[in-house]
Amino acid sequence: MSAASAAPEGQAGRIWKRFRRHRLALAGGFVVALLLASALFAPFLSPQDPTLLDTALRFRPPFADWRFPLGTDELGRDTLSRLLFGGRVSLTVGLVAMITTVMTGALIGITAGFIGGIVDTLLMRFVDTMLCFPQVFLLLVVAAFVPPTLLSISLVIGLTSWMEVSRIVRAEILHLKEQDFVAAARALGASRARIMFRELLPNAAAPILVAATLKVASAVLMESYISYLGYGVQPPLASWGNMLTNAQGYFDTVPWLAILPGVAITLTVVGFNFLGDGLRDALDPRLRMDP
Amino acid sequence: MIGFVLRRLLQAIPLLIGGTLIGFGLMQLAPGGPLAIYTLNPTIQVQDIERIKIIFGLDQPIHLQYVKWATGLFSGNWGYTFFGGRPVLDVILERLPATLLLMGSALSVAIVLGLSVGVLGAVKRYSVFDVLATTGALFALSFPTFWFGLMAIFIFAIQLRWLPSGGMWELGEEGNILSLLQHLVLPTMVLALVITATWSRYSRSAFLEVLHQDFMRTARAKGMPPVARLLRHAFPNAAKPLIALLGVELPFLFSGALVAETIFGWPGMGRLFVDALGMKEYPVLMGLMMFTAIFVIIGNLLADIAIALVDPRVRLS
Amino acid sequence: MSEPLLRVTGLEVHFPIRSALLRQRIGMVRAVDGVNLEVARGETLALVGESGCGKTTTGKAILRLIDPTGGSVRFGGEDIAKHGSRALAPFRKRMQIVFQDPYASLNPRMSVGGILAAPFEIHRIGDAKDRGERVAELLRTVGLPPEAARRYPHEFSGGQRQRIGIARALALRPELVIGDEPVSALDVSIQAQIINLMKRLQAELGLAYIMISHNLAVVSHVADRVAVMYLGRVVETAPREALFFDARHPYTQALLSAVPEPIPGRHRARQAPRGDVPSPARPPSGCHFHPRCPIAIARCSQEAPEARIIGPGHAVACHLVTP
Repeated sequence: MSAASAAPEGQAGRIWKRFRRHRLALAGGFVVALLLASALFAPFLSPQDPTLLDTALRFRPPFADWRFPLGTDELGRDTLSRLLFGGRVSLTVGLVAMITTVMTGALIGITAGFIGGIVDTLLMRFVDTMLCFPQVFLLLVVAAFVPPTLLSISLVIGLTSWMEVSRIVRAEILHLKEQDFVAAARALGASRARIMFRELLPNAAAPILVAATLKVASAVLMESYISYLGYGVQPPLASWGNMLTNAQGYFDTVPWLAILPGVAITLTVVGFNFLGDGLRDALDPRLRMDP
Repeated sequence: MIGFVLRRLLQAIPLLIGGTLIGFGLMQLAPGGPLAIYTLNPTIQVQDIERIKIIFGLDQPIHLQYVKWATGLFSGNWGYTFFGGRPVLDVILERLPATLLLMGSALSVAIVLGLSVGVLGAVKRYSVFDVLATTGALFALSFPTFWFGLMAIFIFAIQLRWLPSGGMWELGEEGNILSLLQHLVLPTMVLALVITATWSRYSRSAFLEVLHQDFMRTARAKGMPPVARLLRHAFPNAAKPLIALLGVELPFLFSGALVAETIFGWPGMGRLFVDALGMKEYPVLMGLMMFTAIFVIIGNLLADIAIALVDPRVRLS
Repeated sequence: MSEPLLRVTGLEVHFPIRSALLRQRIGMVRAVDGVNLEVARGETLALVGESGCGKTTTGKAILRLIDPTGGSVRFGGEDIAKHGSRALAPFRKRMQIVFQDPYASLNPRMSVGGILAAPFEIHRIGDAKDRGERVAELLRTVGLPPEAARRYPHEFSGGQRQRIGIARALALRPELVIGDEPVSALDVSIQAQIINLMKRLQAELGLAYIMISHNLAVVSHVADRVAVMYLGRVVETAPREALFFDARHPYTQALLSAVPEPIPGRHRARQAPRGDVPSPARPPSGCHFHPRCPIAIARCSQEAPEARIIGPGHAVACHLVTP
């Protein structure tokens, strides 16, 4: 087993070297790791119960009271605890939406690319058509139609943003399927499913991984926006987006309530975007875009 | 050229049909169906709903409903609003100028700024400026635009009191250009942020590609001055991907306009969309979906034709 | 005479050319245009021709990697040209292929063990433990250590990778292996090793080979019989000796004149064909070779010549060749 994991080390080593040179990506990875850890350990890190109301303790400023390190909101709830638990919600939605996006996109892309012909034409026209609708429009309409649960929000975000992934995967498969190892599998009598998922898909892993990372960023962004508009995560469950909705009303007097969730969203999105960019450069120099 | 235009027109037809199918399908997803606004209203009797169904043709089989709706779409009959019973197309077209003004001004800012930053970055590749610009662009793409808008209101409208926080005119000053421009600044800034970043990234890579071509080296060897080389040789060749970007970017522009309009209360189509969402005005929602989709299809068509005009090779392939 | 292992009759592979606008058919590429071949058990047939003559397409059509548009492929007495994937399954075990490019023919994301176990997984042979033993056995057969199973293709040299490709082809104990230029991508020093390995395996396992090659020199080492292809058709088939010393078709003669002379002192007049190979989308009328043929007569441009037997196992498709 040790030799098996040692085998791709040469390749992995080279990729790691390329990735390490990308300082912003390293920083992005660090931020992402930190966010994931804080979301995971939110119950232990939170100084308070995020839903605990105490109107006597409204609008505490940050750094004034050790019980409420980042102050309290209009209902006296601890901002830090709400940010931590809100992060849990936002990252969960982001990850589930990403998985939905990647699975749908990969499935459609690999089917279109491998089967080809009329199937390819129909699927790609469907992708083109979906892309004619501005994503926010599509997202909001569907989000307004389905009852907002964490799962439905994630699925709606995922199902309105897979088109790009399917194009990436299809292009990769079109290139891969002409290679002789696919012909070898066919000569052995391998089924279509085996060729698609055992032979081709692992070879498309790099662009899929890059797309997945970037998709977490956009899903977090989308979730925060629809939650801000009231069609996403519903109170009392905190999400960074719906924290902003409430904060908007106290803008002139307690601006930190609006600043903090925004900073959290920005950090998350920037973190995942930088990480994805670095991964792209490291895994696939062909896709490189920036220095 | 005519053959190319014809071919592109033919390719747009399945997109249009697909778009109407998706739009129609979504409408069926609405809880309580397209008449939710009536069925959920306790003051309306069952018989009345049946009557309304017949008026709207909702008692007919689904494919006939689709055909009726789709043909209406192309003959200008986009249905009527639930509240007020106004023609949907009129309501949308009323809001179109505000959105076009916002998108146009943001796009102009983005193209001028993004193109200059991108070209400079490409010419001085790996310079401090280039690294800062590309990093900054990635940051800009990661900003939650709506939060950026809120912060802009906080800083420029609430703290500094330089600019109005929302709307299109000051009350009683409708038609005053100066007031309009003042109101335009913040939404434009917010919408332009992301597009500028996209433009700088794309123009940078488009120019990097062109700058390393043989004909650029030849021009340099001939002793052509740098600015002339850039204008005469690089620009026409880098234009193609940038025109394509113009077409591809349209849906994002609409999405961005929706965000900016909701934050700043800008009375455009995006604002209309969010308001319609809140009031369950399904005919307006569907109308807006179809309007933007058709707009995007036509935009892409025009971009492709423009590319073919710039680059004769495209016409033949 | 008993039925040979493989008998290909009138094999055709035509690809449509479609227009950009409405995708209607506006032409045909006749990549393979009526090929007849026979391969006996345990023998090696070399299929030779310039690039684009359809030799690889012929090989892939026999294996049903490309669907033939006409003709029959009788393998072990059964025509498999129109078999569906289910009916084809037992034949997949009986014929295999070794590819030209040892870098593209092995899945870079699979360990060598995974690549070699795939044939058994696909045909549901043995359990995991049993497959591991079979993989080790296969590696031994092609001269690689069993530890190679744990490593990935990129860790091996071109020659070693080609050994892995051969091992995969042999996994299911086939009766026929098609080698599609199996050594032309390798260093010359390695080529001989691989050819010797393939010859040894042929003797041990009683394999029949179809060796596809553009290089007559390689063929001279391995082939029992040689078939020469030009623009989708077989122009001459002969036992090796007959082909090298008594080639009759003008195209074969031209090809041979380009081969370095193996016997010192003997010299052939160099007579490279005039002009370029025409496009298989618009092949010349009659005998495809006539525009480049030094001895063509009027009839050659009007009528395609049938293959005629002119000696033991020696057939030529040329109007001007008489027994």
